Amino acid sequence: MHAHCESGVTTNLLKHYGIHMTEPLAFGIGAGLFFTHIPFVKVNGVPGTSYRSYPGTIFKTLMKSLNIQYEMQQFGNNQEKGQKALDDLLDRGIPVGLLSGIFYLTYMPEAYRFQFNAHNLIAYGKNEAGNYLISDPTLEGLHEIAPADLQKSRFAKGFPEPKGKLYYITNVPQQLDMEAAIRKGIKKNIWLYTSPPIGLFGNKAIHTLANRLEHYPDKLTDRQAVLYVGNIIRMQEEIGTGGGGFRFLYAAFLQEAAQILGKPELKEFSQRMTAIGDAWRNFAYSAARICKARTSDLVSYKDLSKMLHEIGHQEKAFFMDLKKVNL
Amino acid sequence: MKANEVPQDKGNYKNRDQSRKVVYATNEAGDYTTVNSEGWEVEHLATMQAWNEAAIELEEVLEEIRKGLLSPLAYFMKKNLMDIAILSRHVGKWQWQVKRHLKPKGFNNLSAAMLQKYADAFNISPEAIKHFDPATAEKH
Repeated sequence: MHAHCESGVTTNLLKHYGIHMTEPLAFGIGAGLFFTHIPFVKVNGVPGTSYRSYPGTIFKTLMKSLNIQYEMQQFGNNQEKGQKALDDLLDRGIPVGLLSGIFYLTYMPEAYRFQFNAHNLIAYGKNEAGNYLISDPTLEGLHEIAPADLQKSRFAKGFPEPKGKLYYITNVPQQLDMEAAIRKGIKKNIWLYTSPPIGLFGNKAIHTLANRLEHYPDKLTDRQAVLYVGNIIRMQEEIGTGGGGFRFLYAAFLQEAAQILGKPELKEFSQRMTAIGDAWRNFAYSAARICKARTSDLVSYKDLSKMLHEIGHQEKAFFMDLKKVNL
Repeated sequence: MKANEVPQDKGNYKNRDQSRKVVYATNEAGDYTTVNSEGWEVEHLATMQAWNEAAIELEEVLEEIRKGLLSPLAYFMKKNLMDIAILSRHVGKWQWQVKRHLKPKGFNNLSAAMLQKYADAFNISPEAIKHFDPATAEKH
């Protein structure tokens, strides 16, 4: 079992081709750590927040860094073509990564089944009843799903839209340069996180959220404000993030990177990222208290906002210092 | 977070307790390890609150349908946790058109083909939409 769907799918697909890689390593090489807050892209009336990079980029970045060949396809709304492509691959014994909408995944506990379309899973075959065999890295055990349900999930609507997206590995080179891939992953993540010039992506987005959060009590009804805050908590802790909005997962990556690259200073960065993850957990804990009290108390929203700004400063300093390390 | 401090709070709602998740935490030596966790009260609170909100919204829609202000489509939209944006993508219509269908007048003028599209989006039969009864509607 893994914490996060896409890095879990990536490690499981690699395993099929004889490459053993931990989930943190996949997440770090895939440069997955990020932050997004887009107030005007609303899902069920709540602004979108994400703690990771855009779906699909972890897999793609890792494949490219390790020179592993892969295919990634989308099918618009051509559902028949999408299903045929999947069936053909499974017939050839190729495990396939799928982007999917959780609402339609009948094997999931109902508690998780919202309209959320950024989930990744692996289809690895079909059984005699014609159901697809599924390995979902965020759950224990193996699962199956009826073709009609999987189809609905692959072609779910909303934001983002999977459009039947599937991906699989086509060729693995004999030699993998893990060290170079780790260096690349770290550098890419530094760039991704620190460079976006507008306040919707990367470090600046944390401050955007902090600024908005501060004014929730004036601008929203109590009911809305509590929902907005609840959604931030869910994006950070409910969907598989390994805790603290992927920050612990990234800290685990840095610890492993320190060993593989023989750079003990990265272990210190790992500890720093752990402290940042702890700060995110504190933030979620305080945010939950506001949700519980159900009062739009100005002081507490201000406190939350301050906590976020502080985390934003810490993460910026973290990546700026990491940039100075001679990898 | 330390491994022995990873919360193990069971969530007793909508089968949440049937699944555990992996949390990354540090052991006594300060090294990272994984811990299987039942969950965290903070996370449960936020999730239950979202379900609670969905249930309230569904009740509100049912009330509007009883008053003749909304059509049955509004119920099925909420029951499927969709909003107008998502639903309009499913049936291939603009949002203003879907909004019209959510009103009884627009709903009554729907063609059989259009009703079928809505039925497909909700994974039910057109009859289930036509003969919808707010009194026996399934709740969240």
